[in-house]
Amino acid sequence: MIYRAEVFVTLKPVVNDPAGLTIRGGLHTLGFDSVREVRAGKYLVITLDEPDEAQARLRIEDMARQLLANEVIEDFRIEVQPELVAITSGQGGGPS
Amino acid sequence: MKTGIVVFPGTWSDRDCAHALLDVLGEPVRYVDYRERDLDDLSLVILPGGFSYGDYLRCGAIARFTPVMEAVAGFANRGGLVLGICNGFQILQEARLLPGALLRNASCEFRCEWVHLRVEQSDSAFTVDCRPGQVLRIPISHGEGNFFADVQTLQSLEANGQVVFRYCAPNGRITADANPNGSLGNIAGISNARGNVVGMMPHPERACEALLGGEDGLAIFRSAIHALSRVPA
Repeated sequence: MIYRAEVFVTLKPVVNDPAGLTIRGGLHTLGFDSVREVRAGKYLVITLDEPDEAQARLRIEDMARQLLANEVIEDFRIEVQPELVAITSGQGGGPS
Repeated sequence: MKTGIVVFPGTWSDRDCAHALLDVLGEPVRYVDYRERDLDDLSLVILPGGFSYGDYLRCGAIARFTPVMEAVAGFANRGGLVLGICNGFQILQEARLLPGALLRNASCEFRCEWVHLRVEQSDSAFTVDCRPGQVLRIPISHGEGNFFADVQTLQSLEANGQVVFRYCAPNGRITADANPNGSLGNIAGISNARGNVVGMMPHPERACEALLGGEDGLAIFRSAIHALSRVPA
């Protein structure tokens, strides 16, 4: 079964985020005065073949701890769902 | 003694390190490919600066899983001397051979300039030739050298004397103006508890000849050479 995992990696709240601060400054310059804080992070999409969703989540968590995030400075959040496989029509079929 | 200079895909300061050790100090060196696993012929290992694996994901995150890093961890655990410079420092932290992490510079700018460093302790293998309080002038060249550690880790680094270098003013004073990247405590370099593994953001290999602007970096390599000659047979 193919699953699609989304991994959100963000700096821990105690870690200063110079990129986020710079983006906030840019938003303020544009007149978005209501912006209080911006935190920049990384977004990864991973598709993987696992027997079930729980197993897929465990594998992704393992990947996040070993490589995708550095837990000294970063937190991560994972969302897993079955990959929606595009329905492919037979050759010559479909709208033309 | 022989020095190994590790070369990852994207390493850029390996030849500068070899030049400093071989041509300036007359010490034998060899390049160590990132796929190697045998470091038995070496007494000193240098992880040079650069952009290993393009700095993708995080600086040093991919290099950390190369075969040579497993060997470097074993080498360090046996007491071998390891110096991580710039990207090498980042790799040592990713490999958990040194604590903390290096964030993007507070300015969000890449900083390439000469800085002053105050030697905080002369117990590490790479500062035995220095005296505490000595000021070294050595260049930096990085975008992500903003030292961070949680409060507990920072306190233990300070308490154990593991802070080796701090960015300082030319007179040795630790000031906010002298901090080029936002590092906590102006920290420019640290060691492990044993003192045989040191990571630093500045590039001592680029400060080994007067012709190139200064030779204060020699103190760091000479320290390692002397530390090794002291080891009882």
